[in-house]
Amino acid sequence: MNLQPQVSNANPPLPVHAQTDTGENALLSVRDLKVHFDLGGGGVFDKLTGKGERRVVKAVDGVSFEIKAGETLGLVGESGCGKSTLGRSILRLTEPTGGEVIYKNKNLARLSSREMRLERRHLQMIFQDPYASLNPRMTVGQIISEPIETFALAHGQEKERSVRELMEKVGLSARFIKRYPHEFSGGQRQRIGIARALAVNPDFIVADEPISALDVSIQAQIMNLMDKLQREMNLTYLFISHDLRAVRHVSDRVAVMYLGKIVELGAAREVYEEPLMPYTKALISAAPVPDPEKEATRQRIVLQGDVPSPINPPSGCRFHTRCPFMVAECKSVEPSLVEIRPRHFAACIRISPSEPHIETVAPGATPGLNNVSSIQKQ
Amino acid sequence: MNRLAIFGLIFVALLMFIALFAPVVATHDIGATDLLNRYAAPSAEHFFGTDATGRDIFSRVIYGARISLQVGLTVVTVSAIVGTLIGALAGYYGGWVDSIVSGYLLNVFLAFPGLLLAIAMVAFLGAGLGKLILALTIIGWTGYARLIRGQVLKVREYDFVQAARALGASDTRIILQHVLPNAIQPLIVQASLGMAGAVLAEATLSFLGLGVPPPAPSWGVMLEEARDLSTLTLAPHALIVPGVAIALTVLAFNFIGDGLRERLDPRQRARG
Repeated sequence: MNLQPQVSNANPPLPVHAQTDTGENALLSVRDLKVHFDLGGGGVFDKLTGKGERRVVKAVDGVSFEIKAGETLGLVGESGCGKSTLGRSILRLTEPTGGEVIYKNKNLARLSSREMRLERRHLQMIFQDPYASLNPRMTVGQIISEPIETFALAHGQEKERSVRELMEKVGLSARFIKRYPHEFSGGQRQRIGIARALAVNPDFIVADEPISALDVSIQAQIMNLMDKLQREMNLTYLFISHDLRAVRHVSDRVAVMYLGKIVELGAAREVYEEPLMPYTKALISAAPVPDPEKEATRQRIVLQGDVPSPINPPSGCRFHTRCPFMVAECKSVEPSLVEIRPRHFAACIRISPSEPHIETVAPGATPGLNNVSSIQKQ
Repeated sequence: MNRLAIFGLIFVALLMFIALFAPVVATHDIGATDLLNRYAAPSAEHFFGTDATGRDIFSRVIYGARISLQVGLTVVTVSAIVGTLIGALAGYYGGWVDSIVSGYLLNVFLAFPGLLLAIAMVAFLGAGLGKLILALTIIGWTGYARLIRGQVLKVREYDFVQAARALGASDTRIILQHVLPNAIQPLIVQASLGMAGAVLAEATLSFLGLGVPPPAPSWGVMLEEARDLSTLTLAPHALIVPGVAIALTVLAFNFIGDGLRERLDPRQRARG
């Protein structure tokens, strides 16, 4: 059960929920990452009287996971759960408030902006909106060659040759090299964005909702392209999406996020077929199944209410306000990610490795609670 | 583009031509007095007549265009460059840079009426074309800085700017290659309106004796010199001609600015 991350023993003991080691060759490990946005105090008068309460959005609040080289980790969750912020903060497009992002024995969260700039050669991003993510005043050639120029990877003829190669690689004709983004369709633009990300030959790519803005028919093309490129270039993806089917299709493992925390993490097949957390169960049951017979018998777990505000998230387990299995302890105890099944983690005090099915746990029982306290005693 | 803007463009083009080729276009020496021929009415010899000392008003107005455009272009170019640089830095970096620039610097400048500040500065520095340009630039750059800061604040959040950061582009590259080209469009409008403002300010200050000193044929100086009873009664054209020149020039630049604004802002285009 206790899988200590193998990176460094000099680090202080990790919080229990950081122990989500994949067991082998992690390319990137995120530990207790936090991104908080300070909204400032209340109004002017509250400040004068000193009554103002500082309002902080905890968009990402203590997230830990590791990504193995060559795998795709899917990150799912509702809108506003912090999944995009998590992806951006790994690449320091949003500055993390706390925690570590370890890549090749370097903590990216602590690098100076100059050092981080050099690391960006290995860590790239694909953006959601293919219309907003390309500079309208640059030609495709200029867009794709920009990273080649910033890292001085090639010059002149050689540069143009690699731009043409990249275009062909992502399925764009190199004839279009002098065209502007507005002359392309959404899918083609997304291909341009992918070619730009690949220009530096990266190891790791954060794909932030790469297919959400595209037509369904184009989504499959882009997913297949990403899959092909992953095999050819040995890429590692963090695939962020709210599209559960897409995530299942592309991911090796899946992390489920709720209000700034990862609540379940495991192999894609397991998470989809045997979800542990009540939230994951509800999420997966909400996705339609393309098989009409199965769809007819699909049991939906309908959650009550909306996602609470991340400004003042619920105490204890953040899901307790909507959880059909909530007990009193859920309001006070903040659950950690615990390995309920081998390599399948969930953050819920009402289940434990010996009692993984929340439906069959005795009413009111909290088998996972012992688990939390026993680990904390270590 | 609307008709007024086209009029503005044609007028400004003509003005530029006249200013460039003033020595060719002018019919008389602008300094040559002819006391026997004072207050002459417009004629074939003197198209716009002569003033109190018998100088040819046509030639003086032509050379006046030179001064006006010289002041306008220099003031607008320098203030736009300075304003863009400062505004872009404030908008892009935010934080303490922005608090200093927009919190203190811009607000302090904007708190003073611009012309008053220019008068104070000219009074302090002394009169002269160069000092006038300096004073107008010092009050002029704030408008551009504020405009560009706002634009940059908007553009820097665009995905393609974030993408450039993710691609490892340096701040300089991001600002020059991605942010400014997409932020600078409204500056063109501001600049053409700024030309009008600068031409007017030059005339105003020269009229008050704080700008270009006589006998230079600035339109403001010409107005000031024609401001006595005998000129008013004997030769009103000495007052009217430079006045109309100022009005038309200011209007022309304003029309261009408005036309450009309409053209660049799709919402206004749809309405108009």
